[in-house]
Amino acid sequence: MFNEFNGLLTVTVFLPAVAALLLAVGILRGDRAIRWFAVLVTAGDLVLSVLVFALFQRGGERFQLLDRFTWIDTGTVQASYFLGVDGLSAPLVMLTGLLGLCAVFASFHVGSRVKEYFIWLLVLQTAVMGVFTALDFLLFFLFWELELVPMYMLISTWGSGRREYSAMKFLIFTILGSAFMLVAIVAVFVSSGVGSFDMTLLLEPGTALDAGRAALPMGALFWLFFVAFAVKLPTWPVHTWLPDAHTDAPTAGSVMLAGVMLKMGGYGLLRVNAGMFPEQLQTYALPVVILGVISVLYGAVVTLRQTDLKRLIAYSSVSHMGLVLIGIGSVAVVGGVLTDAGLVGAAMQLFTHGTITGLLFVAVGIVYEKTHTRNIMELGGLANRMPIVAVAFLLAGAASLGLPSLSGFVSELLVFFGGFRAFPALTILAVLGIILAAGYILWMIQRTFFGPRPARWDSLTDATLVDAIPVALLAISIVAVGVYPVWLTDVFRDGLEPIVNGYNAGLAGMTR
Amino acid sequence: MTAYDLYLISPHLALAALALVVIVVDLFTRRTAWLVGVSFVGLAAPAALSALQVAEISGSGSGGLAAEGSVVLYTLSIDRFSLFFNFLILAATGLVVLVSHDYVQRMPRLQGEFFALMLLSATGMMLLVAASELITIYIALELTTLPLAAMAAFLPNGRSGEAGMKFLIIGAVSSAVMLYGMALIYGFTGSTRLDEIAIALAGAPSSGFVPFGGLAVLLAVSLLLVGFGFKMSAAPFQMWVPDVYEGAPTPMVAFLSVASKAAAFALVMRVFYIGFESLEGDWWILLAGLAALSMTIGNLVAIAQRNIKRLFGYSTIAHAGYILVGVAAVATTSGGADSFGPSSVLFYLAAYTAANLTAFFAIVCIGNRIESDEIADYGGMIRRSPFLAIALAFALIALIGVPPTSIFIAKIYIFAAAINTGESLMTWLVIIAVVNSVVSAYYYLRIIKVMFLQPAINSQRVGASWPVNVALGIAALSMLWLGVAPGTLLAAAERAVTVLAGGS
Repeated sequence: MFNEFNGLLTVTVFLPAVAALLLAVGILRGDRAIRWFAVLVTAGDLVLSVLVFALFQRGGERFQLLDRFTWIDTGTVQASYFLGVDGLSAPLVMLTGLLGLCAVFASFHVGSRVKEYFIWLLVLQTAVMGVFTALDFLLFFLFWELELVPMYMLISTWGSGRREYSAMKFLIFTILGSAFMLVAIVAVFVSSGVGSFDMTLLLEPGTALDAGRAALPMGALFWLFFVAFAVKLPTWPVHTWLPDAHTDAPTAGSVMLAGVMLKMGGYGLLRVNAGMFPEQLQTYALPVVILGVISVLYGAVVTLRQTDLKRLIAYSSVSHMGLVLIGIGSVAVVGGVLTDAGLVGAAMQLFTHGTITGLLFVAVGIVYEKTHTRNIMELGGLANRMPIVAVAFLLAGAASLGLPSLSGFVSELLVFFGGFRAFPALTILAVLGIILAAGYILWMIQRTFFGPRPARWDSLTDATLVDAIPVALLAISIVAVGVYPVWLTDVFRDGLEPIVNGYNAGLAGMTR
Repeated sequence: MTAYDLYLISPHLALAALALVVIVVDLFTRRTAWLVGVSFVGLAAPAALSALQVAEISGSGSGGLAAEGSVVLYTLSIDRFSLFFNFLILAATGLVVLVSHDYVQRMPRLQGEFFALMLLSATGMMLLVAASELITIYIALELTTLPLAAMAAFLPNGRSGEAGMKFLIIGAVSSAVMLYGMALIYGFTGSTRLDEIAIALAGAPSSGFVPFGGLAVLLAVSLLLVGFGFKMSAAPFQMWVPDVYEGAPTPMVAFLSVASKAAAFALVMRVFYIGFESLEGDWWILLAGLAALSMTIGNLVAIAQRNIKRLFGYSTIAHAGYILVGVAAVATTSGGADSFGPSSVLFYLAAYTAANLTAFFAIVCIGNRIESDEIADYGGMIRRSPFLAIALAFALIALIGVPPTSIFIAKIYIFAAAINTGESLMTWLVIIAVVNSVVSAYYYLRIIKVMFLQPAINSQRVGASWPVNVALGIAALSMLWLGVAPGTLLAAAERAVTVLAGGS
């Protein structure tokens, strides 16, 4: 029954869910014990996910650490339980492990229904890990949908403001997107010559799916997948759920949402749209890049107007995720050889934005915990009352606006290198978004942490040790990627190489 | 009629005999436990006889049932297809019998009749899934419907009486219309047997301009669909559904929503795939239209419902629509060999039975204790009864069609069959279906939200007796099992529909 089984990925993916199950049957009593149990589990999962990253061999087989056995086999329908990582997913698995631990630390102040809270948080982590490692479309979709329930519960129960509205909006948007994906998955499955949900088959260029045998036009399939991933990314004009969900979610919810769940959209675009539909991506690169540029600029302009800290970061995410689309659109290079800069930049942007935004949300969470407001107008001069939080904000803000030697710089630069070769004018427009980013980030930091301090904040205290742990973890990762990015870019490059090679083979064929 | 024929219909005879036994038992005891016990244990007899017949067909038994099944007196086809539904109907009946244990306390003087009528109706359903001749179909349909109409009116209140009356009258009208269609078919083909009808229709002269090749056939098929649409609870023949669902006794509604529906779909498949096989290029469009209408009406109107039983009435209309997508998907233009439309319908019906029974059993328990079916009164149910609330939540998630539940696999399977037809109309139908699934998420999740997030009206615990809990447990476990390991049942469904392929 087992075709292959290494076990490491299965354990990494399901450890949080098993822990959640143990919590649910009531092995632990007392909020304190439950919190530290969650820390233990996610720390263990982080170690495992780092192990996945470390054991992934560059230049080896494309997919490694496979776990695979038959799930459904009736003759006409075949699906398998199939996990594996390549250079694209291995770093994202590590990112999920890192942010999972940070989210638990950021949740220490949650006081009501603690057990349920950590159950949902742990289930969420399993779902996201599963999305990044699943190599069977049915399993991929399963994890993709599984993530909705915990997130819905986290926002609607432990959120603030119009939490039930925001949770439902998040849910309906995502389900609508994934409904289109479901049609596409089914259509790919019934296309003659496929007959399987195996994603690795579809990723081999020229072996599985081509226009002559597809059940729906290839362009339709491309856009059906694109809509599902664009909602998740999110891209203008389907981004409207994000500010609401972010603003009303609890801190850990925002960290997971911005840190890893948006990355599911980017991962899907790279894995499915770029990996399985290279020709369609080349054909439709222009609309994709235009959507990206609109997201970058629109997101940045709207961000400038925000006075709520969380809403501000949420809109900045829309802006930064637009860069992913520009990076992906770089494949439409005219003449010459396609370099991997754009695609690697898009993948890097997923990773760096995860850590940067994660840090920003953790820091906002601490500020909100102490001041009970997120309104920038009411804050000011917090820096000398909360030096650790201020440093965290400065660091993440600087990385977010692309300061060299911090991680954001690397990914943005790569995206622009790649994008410029394909669409020079549009890329230059997008660079304007970075200038706006400098505006809103510095403006926010200045209003919040510097300037005159209202008297009521005089007795504020700085982050506690527990608060400081996620701050330190994320800050280290931001600097580590910024100073020496090669350890990460090389892995991404390894994962994206087959796609780039496919294009170059095609390009060479066209010029001949 | 030979002894062998008697053996072939022995499951039906055993079930009908059981109904009589229950009435006799009712004369001697007033204890509900006895009635439930006799009914439940007695169901083992038809189930065992059906299992014996399956074993013979599979070749592992000793008898002589052929792989394509056997026909009794040209009226009943005992084959893999009918046996598949026998098990589905018997399982649903058994679980509903168990769950009725608490509920029938509301009708102290009519308990025996309640169980006996349910068993008689189940007999009608088992006949219906095997019937391959029009008169038999009509009789089986009436045997299915009349006991249900009586059961709908069992509660001593006006709503229940209204439900029974509505079910009876609309049922009678739709059977009359259907009977007219049957008469037309007979007049046109000269036979009431489905296999002979198929031959006659295939050889009939046809006018290419009129759908189905002739106005008489067009009219007949449409009239038949009216009757079948009533039983399937498909729009636009769904008017009775919400009222009956709201007013009738909840266990009977659970029974109606799964067993009766499954039998109706089995009937539609047998009549259309075998009897009207040569016309499939025409009728699939008709069924696709019904599917789109049912899904959309069911889901849109369900949003506005406050009563959970009424909401499930609209939900069942919507699910009839999804299933019809699978029924319509048989008419492939690319040939029938690789079409998995029929098997997807069978799997969907089984998955829907498990999920809907789980939901209804939880509703029976909760409604019994809090004496209300208003969704607002479900507030804080997670604290008052974690078991019921979690079971109901899982069933609702399954009904949305979200993985890893049974209906998700079923939907994948149906959509795959539909896209596989290569008709662009069917692709659009799939898109309508998935958009409808999104709409349905809203109202299903609202119930979960009320149960999990809103405060409880009081902290009184909500529980049930052990037979009810056992039934709920079995239904919930089979729902989860079908989602995690659907392979066995999918394979059984694919084997069952082989008798439909390639005509009579």
